Amino acid sequence: MSTSQPTSVVSTSAPPGGAPPGQARGARRLREPHAAGSTRGLIVKIALMALVNAFGAYVVLAAWAEGSFGILWSMVALVVVADYVYFSRRSLPMKYILPGLVFLLVYQIYVVLYTGYVAFTNYGDGHNSTKEDAISALLAQNERRVEGSAGLPLAVIQDGDGNLGFAVVRDGEVLAGTAEQPLEPVDGAVVEGSAITDVPGWTLLPRAEILARQADVTTLRVPVSDDPEAGSVRTQDARTGYSYRPSLEYDAAADTMTDLTTGTVYRPNAEGLFEAEDGSTLGVGWRVAVGLDNFSTAFADDRYAGPFVRILAWTFAFALLSVVTTFLLGLFLAMVFNDPRMRGRKIYRTLMILPYAIPGFLAALLWSGLLNRRFGFINEVLLGGAEIGWLTDPWLAKLSVLGVNLWLGFPYMFLITTGALQAIPHDLLEAAKVDGASRFRTWRSVVMPLLLVATGPLLISSFAFNFNNFTLIYMLTNGGPRFTDASVPLGHTDILISMVYNVSGIDGSAPKNYGLASALSIVIFVIVATVSALAFRQTRKLEEMS
Amino acid sequence: MATPAPVAASVPRAASAGEAPPQRHRMSTRRWFTEIGWRHVVGVVAVVYAAFPLVYVVSASLSEGGTLTGSNALFSEISTENYAALGDTVFWTWMGNTLFIAISTAIGTVLMGASAAYAFSRFRFTGRRVGLTSLLVIQMFPQMLAFVAIFLLLLGLGNVVPSLGVNSKIALICVYLGGALGVNTFLMYGFFNTVPRELDEAAKIDGASHTQIYWTIILRLVSPILAVVGLLSFISTFGEFIIARVILQSESNWTLAVGLYGWVSALLEANWGLFAAGAVLAAIPVLALFLFLQKYIVGGLTAGAVKG
Repeated sequence: MSTSQPTSVVSTSAPPGGAPPGQARGARRLREPHAAGSTRGLIVKIALMALVNAFGAYVVLAAWAEGSFGILWSMVALVVVADYVYFSRRSLPMKYILPGLVFLLVYQIYVVLYTGYVAFTNYGDGHNSTKEDAISALLAQNERRVEGSAGLPLAVIQDGDGNLGFAVVRDGEVLAGTAEQPLEPVDGAVVEGSAITDVPGWTLLPRAEILARQADVTTLRVPVSDDPEAGSVRTQDARTGYSYRPSLEYDAAADTMTDLTTGTVYRPNAEGLFEAEDGSTLGVGWRVAVGLDNFSTAFADDRYAGPFVRILAWTFAFALLSVVTTFLLGLFLAMVFNDPRMRGRKIYRTLMILPYAIPGFLAALLWSGLLNRRFGFINEVLLGGAEIGWLTDPWLAKLSVLGVNLWLGFPYMFLITTGALQAIPHDLLEAAKVDGASRFRTWRSVVMPLLLVATGPLLISSFAFNFNNFTLIYMLTNGGPRFTDASVPLGHTDILISMVYNVSGIDGSAPKNYGLASALSIVIFVIVATVSALAFRQTRKLEEMS
Repeated sequence: MATPAPVAASVPRAASAGEAPPQRHRMSTRRWFTEIGWRHVVGVVAVVYAAFPLVYVVSASLSEGGTLTGSNALFSEISTENYAALGDTVFWTWMGNTLFIAISTAIGTVLMGASAAYAFSRFRFTGRRVGLTSLLVIQMFPQMLAFVAIFLLLLGLGNVVPSLGVNSKIALICVYLGGALGVNTFLMYGFFNTVPRELDEAAKIDGASHTQIYWTIILRLVSPILAVVGLLSFISTFGEFIIARVILQSESNWTLAVGLYGWVSALLEANWGLFAAGAVLAAIPVLALFLFLQKYIVGGLTAGAVKG
C-alpha cells in the first residue's frame, strides 16, 4: 500500500518514523506527473486540519470557561484522533470513515445511549438538574427579607447587553451586579446624597423606563455573592434595596435542609426530593436513577396504562393496515398498467406518483383542510354540505388517517411492485402455462412469492416508517379526538411516537417528563426491532422456497 | 397479461399506422374494452384520486378571499393576492432556511456516505465486518426517537458553542448529518462494489494515489447513486418536522414544515389562502427535482430507500 499513497507519504514528513524512507522517495519520483495535484491536495489537507484544530482549541477553551468537562475531554479526544488519522500512514481506511463517524458517534450513538440513560431517571419538571443546582434553586426561591435590616440606596442599571442590574451603596462602597453576576465593587461611582448618579461601565435606567419595566425590576434578584446562602438584594420601589436571606438552611455535613421559620428538617429521599418526617417535600428536586419506574408507569400507572395500551394497539393497526392497503392498491394498479398494449402508461404513471412527490407534511396539512368538518371540500362540495366529523369522530378519524396515508403511500407501492413485476422472468410464466396452471394458480404459486421476495424488505421498512409516522398524525389530527376518560392529553389517533412527544412536554404544552418519554422511545425501538427481525426471517424463508 | 410477447410486437405497428382506430380493425370494441379499455377507466379514476387534492390546492392558492370556505369553488376566481401576501410574512425566510438546511445536509450526506462506502468497499481492514454490521444495527434506531436526548445534548453544547446549540440551523444540520452514515452507507456500498476493482488497480499502477482514485475515478463512476442519495436526503430533510420543531425555536429560524404547520394549526380558517399559496411554492422544488430525476429515484427505491 505504501507506494500507492503519495499524499500521505508527503504529509508524514512531520512525524518521523513509519515506512522505509527509500521506498517513499521512490514512489515520489514515480508519480512525477501528479506532483502538482498532490501538492494542492496537501495544502487543502493542511488547511482543513488547521481549521479542525483551531475549532478544537476554541471549544476546549470555551468548555473550560463553562466548566463543561465532558465536552472538553470529548473534544480533546476527537482532535487527537483526527490528527492521528490524517497525519499517520497506518490508518488509511479511517481517513475516509472518520468524518461521517464523528457525526454518527455524537448525534446518533451518543443520543441513543443517552436516551437509554434518561429512561432510567426521573428527568423532567421538578427534577431538571443536579442536586447542587437544586439546592441553589431552593435557597434562592425561598428568601425572606432580613428583619430589621436597613435599606440600601439603590439604582437600577443596565449593562452593555441590556441585562438589568442593581447598583447599591453598602458601607460607603458602591456595588453593582445583575441576576447572573453577583454584586461587585465599582470604582469611580458618583453618589450624591442617597442617590447614585453615575456608575462607570453601566447605564442608569431612566425613570420612565423603570416604570415601563416595573415587573422586571420588582422581581429582579441580584445575588450578594456566588454562595447562595449569602442571599440577595431586591427592591420594591427602585430606590431602596433590602437584603434577603434564604429561609432554608442547607447543612452539607448532615445533608439536610432546615426551614429556619418552622424548624422542620428535610432529608433527601430516593426520588430526588428533600422530604420532611411528615412526608411533605420541597418544590425543587434533582435527577436520580429510578430504575424501571418509568417503564412500570407506562404499563401499570392508572393515568398512562389505559391510554398506552390503546395507543399501542392502534399503532400496530395503523402501521400494518397502512402497509397492506397501500401495497394492495399499488399492486392492483401495477397489474392494471402492466400491459404493454395500453397506451399513455407513462402519462398515467407520472400523474399518479404526484402524491408521492410532494412533501408529506404539506399533504397532511392539505388533507386536514379538505376534511374539515364545517368548511372542508369533502363535506361541503363532494357530500353536499354534510357535516361529517372526519377528524373529530374517534372511528372516522382513524379511517381518515388510513385514507390519507393510502393516498400518500400507494404511488410508492405502485412503483416498487411495477419494478418487481417486470423483473419476473417470462419463461417462468410460460413454464407455468405449459404445465397447465390456471391464471390464478400461476399468480398464487409463481408471481406472488417472487413479488414478496423482491418487495419484502421494502414492506418491512415501510412498516417501520409508518410505525413512527409522526408527521402525518401530528399534522392531520394532532392525535385527536382526545380520550375523554384519560387525564393525560392523548387521543384516539395518537401513535406511540406522538405519545412520546406529548409526554415529553418538550414544546411546553404539558409538564416535562423526559424520563417517561425516553422509556417509551426504548419501548418503540424494541418493538420495531423485534418485528423487523421476525419479518426478515420470514422473507428469508420465502427466498429459500423459490 | 397472458401472452405478452406477440402482443407487444403488435403495438409499434398499430401505433405507426395511425391513431386509435386501427386497433379496432383487428379487435372488436367490446374486446378492446374488456382487455384494454377498462384499464384506462381505472387509470383515469386513479389519476383523479391522486391529483384532485393538488388541483384543489392550486385553486385555493389563487382564490381571492383566502378562507377555507371561499376555496371550495374551484377556479371561480383567479388572483395572485395570496402569493403577494406571502411577501409580508416570514415565508421567504422559512423557504431560505429550508433550502439552506436541506442542501447542506444533502451535500454533507453524499460526501460522508460516499467516502465511508469507498473505504468499506475498497479496503480490507480489521473491524470492517463489525463496522458494516453495526451500521446495519444502528440504522434500526431512527434518530427522531431520540429527540429528547438530542435536545438535551444541544442544551449542553449550546452553553459552550452557541452555534451548535438549541435554536441554531447549523446544529440542526449537524444532527441530520449524524444520520447520514447509518442510512446511506449500505445503499452506496452495494453500488460501489459493482464498479470493477481493475479500474482502481490500473490507476494505482499508473501512480495515482488513493485520494486521486477516489475523487477522479470512483466518484464519477458512481454518480447515479450519489444523485439518488443526495435527492432522497434533500427530500427527507425538506419535510422533516419533529427534530426541526424541537431544535429551532425562534420564528425566523423555522423551516417550512414548522412554519406552515404553525399557520394551519393556529388559525386554519383565516390562513388557508396563505397556506395554499405557500404549499404550492414549497412543493415546487421537490416536485421539480422528483419529476426530472424520476428514473434515478425509481432505481433507488428498488434498491431499498424509503422517502421520509
